[in-house]
Amino acid sequence: MSTELEAILGKPWKKQPFIQRRWLRWVLVAGFVAYLIAAFMTIEINWSRVYEGLERGKQFVLAFTSPDFSSRSGDIWDGMIESIIMTVASSVVGIAISIPIALGAARNVAPLPIYMICRGIIAVSRALQEIIVAILLVAIFGFGPLAGFLTLSFATIGFLSKLLAEDIESMDRVQAEAIKASGAKWMQWINYGVQPQVMPRLIGLSMYRLDINFRESAILGLVGAGGIGATLNTAFDRYEYDTAAAILLIIIIIVMALEYLSGLIRARVQ
Amino acid sequence: MPVQDYNDQKLWQRRTGRESLFHWVLWLTGVAIFAYCWQQISDATTWFFVWDAPRIANDIWTRATPPKWEYFTQLGKPIWDTLNIATLGTIIALVLAVPVAFAAARNTTPSRFLVRPIALLIIVATRSINSLIWALLLIAIIGPGVFAGVVAIAIRSIGFCAKLLYEAIEEIDETQVEAITATGASRWQIMAYGIVPQILPAFAGIAVFRWDINIRESTVLGLVGAGGIGLQLSSSLNVLAWPQVSLILLVILLAVVISEWVSAKVRGAII
Repeated sequence: MSTELEAILGKPWKKQPFIQRRWLRWVLVAGFVAYLIAAFMTIEINWSRVYEGLERGKQFVLAFTSPDFSSRSGDIWDGMIESIIMTVASSVVGIAISIPIALGAARNVAPLPIYMICRGIIAVSRALQEIIVAILLVAIFGFGPLAGFLTLSFATIGFLSKLLAEDIESMDRVQAEAIKASGAKWMQWINYGVQPQVMPRLIGLSMYRLDINFRESAILGLVGAGGIGATLNTAFDRYEYDTAAAILLIIIIIVMALEYLSGLIRARVQ
Repeated sequence: MPVQDYNDQKLWQRRTGRESLFHWVLWLTGVAIFAYCWQQISDATTWFFVWDAPRIANDIWTRATPPKWEYFTQLGKPIWDTLNIATLGTIIALVLAVPVAFAAARNTTPSRFLVRPIALLIIVATRSINSLIWALLLIAIIGPGVFAGVVAIAIRSIGFCAKLLYEAIEEIDETQVEAITATGASRWQIMAYGIVPQILPAFAGIAVFRWDINIRESTVLGLVGAGGIGLQLSSSLNVLAWPQVSLILLVILLAVVISEWVSAKVRGAII
């Protein structure tokens, strides 16, 4: 009876696997499991140390309920102002430098030699992380916000130029051509044919980068490049979790405010 | 588009008088703010060091070249640790990010007023704090080592993955979900057959993308003591062993380039 029913109903439907080739699927799964085992074997976890730490973890979480803004308010305030100043200055300079580089890195605007140079600059800037650049710049320029400012400007160039260049490359050719046909010079062509098309994206990206720069400026202090990071590091070192919690809360609030603001601005320009 | 008569000729201008005044004021404010910021930075800088910088840079360069190639034999374990921090951190983050993303997406959240704000708060809080700060915190709590790095990377990645994932969930095609619902599927069946297949490509893309970023971040986590190649970097920096520093920087650069290449390849294959 049951076989008869199965013959009528046919085979039950089965979900298609994500990877179609059977051998590849098994090789991937087996490789993954082998890697996981190897990774877990080599990581040393001191569970008793972790268990001891849980008490401190609890204290830290509790510190968020009673953050201490007042006892180190001078240090927090100075660090925050320095972080914000670094963020603003480096965003302005970074954006100003990355616009010509973005034009150079767009194949439909720039000739091949300039294109290669600008793409090279972008690749170098993107491959080096902020913190490593900051270490080198602190070694060269000494401690202080200047090293942080230069680091963030340098990082902004790679990020903004790449995304802006991609936007310029995907712009509408027709409008640019119309401006050219009216006899515009190169600058006029950029100003009236290209710029209006990429402006919304440029503003959006700039706001986004401002947001990232602020977040990054919070860690540059760890290597001596100015900003709130130094204060935060000291707070952790002295186990002053309530002060650390206060700083982290301020960072989170500023980031949320910036994100909200950039959302508003982006919605307006687009 | 304002057009003005000027000696019986019509002249086109880009902006009206008020618009250009507005722009002018905007620019003036911007320049003033920048000038103030620059002045503050300049006050906090010892300019003697800056003028001396080319000599110092040259000095460091001569010390750092050529890299100490034979030091590479000692870097095997740190590189493996770095890879583990990034990969395990990404896996843990993805496991934790999926429920957060489903709770945060408008169309799948169990409760719009209770659960969704909590999920969004988790996303914002984990995303806005850098992994180095998480590492700093975790080292104070659970002690230095690779494990602290894994957890730091995992926590930091939750917000990022969950944000991208919940945006993908919100953009799904509702008709497919409706079709599954119409067959009488339960809530979990709707998820498994209506929603998951639609977001699976996005999920795989996010996973590889975040893995790439995590490789980058895990190379420097050691600077605060959380294991990996950064540990070697910071100890070399502390003893001013510049030939070792330059070799480590080369290795990090190579790792970043390779991980970016892998991630671009995999994402290209998925999409």
